[in-house]
Amino acid sequence: MNGIPMEHGLLLSIVLFLLGLTGVLVRRNLIMILMSLEVMLNATGLAFIVAGSRWGEADGQIMFLLILTLAAAEVGVGLGLALQVFRRWHTLDADVLTGMKG
Amino acid sequence: MVELLGWVPLFPFLGFLILALAGARLSKPQIAWVGVGSVAVSALLAAWLGAEFLNGTLQPYSRVLGTWMAVGDLSVPFGFYLDALSVTMLFVVTGVGFLIHLYAAGFMEDDPGYARFFAYMNLFVSAMLVLVLADNLVLLYLGWEGVGLGSYLLIGFWYEDPNNGYAARKAFVMTRIGDMALLLGMILLFMHLHTFDIQTLMLRATSQWASGAALPVAAAALLLGGALGKSAQLPLHTWLPDAMAGPTPVSALIHAATMVTAGVYLIARTHALFAMAPSIQFAVAVIGALTLLMAGCSALAQTDIKRILAYSTISQIGYMFFALGIGAWSSAIFHLLTHAFFKALLFLAAGAVIFCFYHEHNIFKMGGLRRAMPLAFVSFLIGSAALSGLPFTSGYYSKHEILAIAYDVSPGLWMAGCLGAIITGIYSFRLVFVVFFGDQPQAVENHLGWRMSVPLVLLCLLTVLGGMLRVPLDSVFPALLSHEQDFSLVSVFTLTAPFIGLLIAILFYLRGGYSVRRFIGLGWINQIRIFCFNGWGMDALYDRVVVRPFKAIAWLNKDDVVDGIYAAIASLSQKGHSMISATQNGCVRWYATSMALGTVIIIAIGWLS
Repeated sequence: MNGIPMEHGLLLSIVLFLLGLTGVLVRRNLIMILMSLEVMLNATGLAFIVAGSRWGEADGQIMFLLILTLAAAEVGVGLGLALQVFRRWHTLDADVLTGMKG
Repeated sequence: MVELLGWVPLFPFLGFLILALAGARLSKPQIAWVGVGSVAVSALLAAWLGAEFLNGTLQPYSRVLGTWMAVGDLSVPFGFYLDALSVTMLFVVTGVGFLIHLYAAGFMEDDPGYARFFAYMNLFVSAMLVLVLADNLVLLYLGWEGVGLGSYLLIGFWYEDPNNGYAARKAFVMTRIGDMALLLGMILLFMHLHTFDIQTLMLRATSQWASGAALPVAAAALLLGGALGKSAQLPLHTWLPDAMAGPTPVSALIHAATMVTAGVYLIARTHALFAMAPSIQFAVAVIGALTLLMAGCSALAQTDIKRILAYSTISQIGYMFFALGIGAWSSAIFHLLTHAFFKALLFLAAGAVIFCFYHEHNIFKMGGLRRAMPLAFVSFLIGSAALSGLPFTSGYYSKHEILAIAYDVSPGLWMAGCLGAIITGIYSFRLVFVVFFGDQPQAVENHLGWRMSVPLVLLCLLTVLGGMLRVPLDSVFPALLSHEQDFSLVSVFTLTAPFIGLLIAILFYLRGGYSVRRFIGLGWINQIRIFCFNGWGMDALYDRVVVRPFKAIAWLNKDDVVDGIYAAIASLSQKGHSMISATQNGCVRWYATSMALGTVIIIAIGWLS
């Protein structure tokens, strides 16, 4: 467990997180936004794993399991919502769906 | 019997209540019975009380009916006070008031507002009686404001014409300026002398204050302000000519016989105070002299029959102020009494002319009415003779007395008074000659009923014989210091002054076939005529000095300056609201971006600090 330095792992995690964030901000399709969110969640999970292996503790992996469950639930709810949105408005474009504007 | 004093003002007030509450349900004869009857009962009662009082010891009598208000050391009772002065006023208000009510019952017969008219008239008489009977200044002030209200309501009686409403408001506002001064004077007196009771006030004032000191002068000046407003003297006189917009009986009752003499009554009632302020008392005389000259000149140029009489009223009240100013207290009240008779007579006769002659007011459209309307002609002749002070009429006795005393006090004032007497002779006979002589342009329209004729006849008698009705006022006023009547040139000139006026009027208006017309072409004469016609430009002056600046300020501030602050707060929060609500655009990616940016900023702050 001393092959990869922690900095590399964290750097990868940051890059993945920023890629995911960029995806959330620039994509307009709800499905793509959900996918980008998954990338961001996994980037966070990676950071936990790396930190856990650095300290030799199991907490990082336990946290990752939690995030994995959370992501699964989120995808379930998110895709369900996306399906309903498409049924109702026949579009998945987030910029068109502005019915809640103040 | 004097226990019944409280009932005198109460009867007209009951009449007012009945007519105001049930007037719409009563028939016209019933209204007339209530309206005229209430004043008639009051007049009978007043005559009875007055006769009993005058046959007695002439000791003042006061009666307290109840307490109006009592707070701390301030106590204001409903107290009535009867002395020779109030008896004189009582006779004038109820006697002349009754005759005018009777006349009005005929004059207003065809008016749809018959009940309203008599309700207002009764309210006025009731308030006037409270004014003259009040034993304290607060109750007097109640009556004072009550007559102001009655005057306002009756000037604007024909409210469909906006001009009448304007005249009513003008009268109310102009007299209110004076009322304010009176109120301040009352408060000043109360602050220093701790009572409102008039007799106690006068006693304390004479014992506690030095003659000519600042306090009595200030108090007298403020009371004078009130009197000037109510009695239409310079500089607050401009409302009275416009007050002629009301029905003619109103002009006779309120704006000739009773209400406008309230100022004279007030000064006579508080004469002890004025005697302690010689400068103010002299000012009263000067104002009276100026007013009688100003109003006389203005009356010369008028063409409206009622405005001539209005200016002559101002002028005659000027004589009363003049008399008060020179200390001839009882002569002033005597002139008030005789003036009430002959001016009521003149106004009622003018009303008869207007009533019978197509409601025409312009005297130059009338003429030759002496055959068609003999009663009005005789009334006018007697009234004008008394007004200008021809011998053996009541006006002669009162005016001659004032002028004779004036010479002893100040020859300058006496000359002004005599000049006024000449002018009075000119304008009063100008009116008679123009209206009743010459050619008659049209036949008369109506004839007078008994209700209008009887008051005219009775007032004619009173005008001739009124000089005998003088109530001895020695118990109220101090005697004049030294009044030596020397029948010299002074007395002769005083006697001839009205004759000079009569002669001028004959030359210009009776014989010369309107020889005034010769002068009309001359520019400067015309200028003077227009100047006098407009009452010496006082209205224009007030318009420039007060009305227009006020209107300009009102226009500038029509959106209230103070409101601007609150409006700014409201619009600022509305702008802020619309700015912030623009960020709620419903776009999910925008929210996500803001959250990300916010997070970055918070982290940056945490990191940097």
